[in-house]
Formats: sequence, structure tokens, C-alpha cells
Amino acid sequence: MGCGRVGSSVAKDLAAEGWDVTCVDEDEGALARLGEWRGGFVVGHGMDLDVLERAGAASADAAVVATDGDNSNIVIGQVLQRRYGLSCVVARILDPKRAAFFGSRGLRTVCPTQTAISTLSDVVRSCSAVPVGTDG
Amino acid sequence: MYALVAGGGKVGANVTRSLLRMGHEVTLVEQRRDRFEQLEAELGPTALLGDATEIHILELAGIARPPEIVLAVTGDDEDNIVISQIAKEGYAVPKAIARVNDPRNQQHFDLLGITQTVCATSGLLGLVEHEVPEHGLVKLLELRSEGLEVVELLVKGGAPVAGKRVAGISLPEGATLVSVMRNGVAELVRADTVVRPGDQVIAVLKPGVEEQLRRAVVG
Repeated sequence: MGCGRVGSSVAKDLAAEGWDVTCVDEDEGALARLGEWRGGFVVGHGMDLDVLERAGAASADAAVVATDGDNSNIVIGQVLQRRYGLSCVVARILDPKRAAFFGSRGLRTVCPTQTAISTLSDVVRSCSAVPVGTDG
Repeated sequence: MYALVAGGGKVGANVTRSLLRMGHEVTLVEQRRDRFEQLEAELGPTALLGDATEIHILELAGIARPPEIVLAVTGDDEDNIVISQIAKEGYAVPKAIARVNDPRNQQHFDLLGITQTVCATSGLLGLVEHEVPEHGLVKLLELRSEGLEVVELLVKGGAPVAGKRVAGISLPEGATLVSVMRNGVAELVRADTVVRPGDQVIAVLKPGVEEQLRRAVVG
């Protein structure tokens, strides 16, 4: 769900590993991001059950929800879990607090912002420079 | 009472004005700066600038007190669902009422446990149907979470129930006639009430038996 930079790359990786992948995006032009694409592509919004059905939500083994809206991803992710019984759903959520909240309520979330925060801090911590004001 | 209103468009702003007039304490959260500035000029510190789907903003608005009621009335259904879920599940807000902008999204609200919703479009359509009953059955009230509906049926001449005593009418399982309206006056149904052409019959039923009831009453 959502065929932007993240969604399209995930789709291509999984397809290359042999997964049968269908992408959903509101913009037909997003198909261009997939290059030579043999998988499915549905134009529409993930809040629309008709679109989810056409994308095969009822028979899917996994779903990646990565549209550009945190709240859309939260709602679509939960709909896929609860209406279609998908156990493997992962939603991209940029806001760390919302990602943590819905993560604690059973929605698997990935928060690139939190990853960036942690990585940036870790890089600084791992530098040999000593923080100002510490001895030795 | 303390109320948190998310969304400062026409709905949110007017509800806030009314609640303030009734003497309640309100915080109104609006994320568009131009709208917020107008609201702040009118309402002062009642207005708060920010995205009400951000937990940080909800906390600034006092979600942790918690408010007796949260009204999620933005123009975006995803936002209203997220706000209601955070309020009810994260902060034990006793009552969250959400606005449904697109009636097709109603099922998502239901699925995600947001039982109290208001949809202007469905309400308007209901009123129109009431004026122009297309199939002879009009939904008056839908208690979705409780699994009960109240409907109205217009009995025409030749309908299966026309001229029959209520005791002799066979209805589908899960449906009961409760009232007959004749010449603008509603009477509660008794076993010996006779249904006549031109009557408007009110029935209570379980969801899913509308069509069987319609066939049994209007044909």
C-alpha cells in the first residue's frame, strides 16, 4: 500500500525474491517507480475496501503499508489485520509517539524517524571524542 | 464538564461555541494556522494550534486529565479514527464521538471500535429517503453496536398486511411491529390492532431482516 520510494523498493525487493506482489497507489504514475513490473498494480486509496479487495487483501500473506500519511497507514494497517485477518502487517509511521502507541496495541510499526534518531545518537556515541566536561 | 474538540472547521467551531455558552470548559485544537488565528481572536485560550493526531498536542490540550468527552470532528476520517482511538484506548476518555465525512468509511469506524459516530451525509440521505421512500422501508434509527434498528414502512392497498389484525400477521424472526401511525397519530400496537392501507407502521428489528420484513409488510 503506497508505491512511493519506500513502497516501490520493498515491492521490487520482494518480487525479486519470488513473492507475488501487488502495489496500490492513488497515482497511476507511481507505476513508473517499479521499472519493468510483472506484478499487480491497483490505482486507488487504501481506505476503499473495493481497492483492498482488488489488491487481494483477502488472500494475502503479508502487507506493507507505506503511504505518505501516518494516519492513513494506521487505519489501513488495522483494517487489514482485523477485517482480513492478515497476521503479517507492517505500517510505516513517521511520528515516533504514534508509532509507539499503535505498536503497543498490536500493530507492527516501523518508524524511520526513531531509527534516524537512534542511529545518529549511536554514531556520535561511538566516536572516540570525549564529551565536553568529562574527565579522562 | 471538560471537552476536547479536535478540528476547528464549521462543525468544531460551532460545537465549541455552544459548549462554552452552556458553561463547559473546552479546548479546541486546529492545525491550520489561518483558521487557528481567527478562532483564537474569537475564543482566546480555548483555541490551541496543532495537529490533534499528535500525542504531544493532545497532551497539551489536556487529554491526560482526561476530558469527559472528546469530539473528533476534523474533515479527515483517518484523523478522526486515530484521535478517537488514542483518546479511548490510551487515556481512558469515557466518551469519544467522531465525525464521519465519507459514509463509505463508516465501516472502518465500526471495525475499530468507535461506536459513537455522526455522519451528516447519511443523516441527510435518511431524511431524503423518508420523504421519498423508494422501497417502502425507511430506517429511523440504527443502534449499530447494540444490533437493533427501528424502521418505518408505508402500507399501501393490496399490501400483505392491509386489513389484517396484528396477531394474524406473520413476520420474520427478529422483527416486531411496535406502532401504527394513522392520520398523524401514532398508536402502540396491540394484538387486535388492524393495519389499514395508508398506515405507517413502525417496527423494531435485528439488522439483516429488513428485506424479509419489507416483503412481509409491504409486499
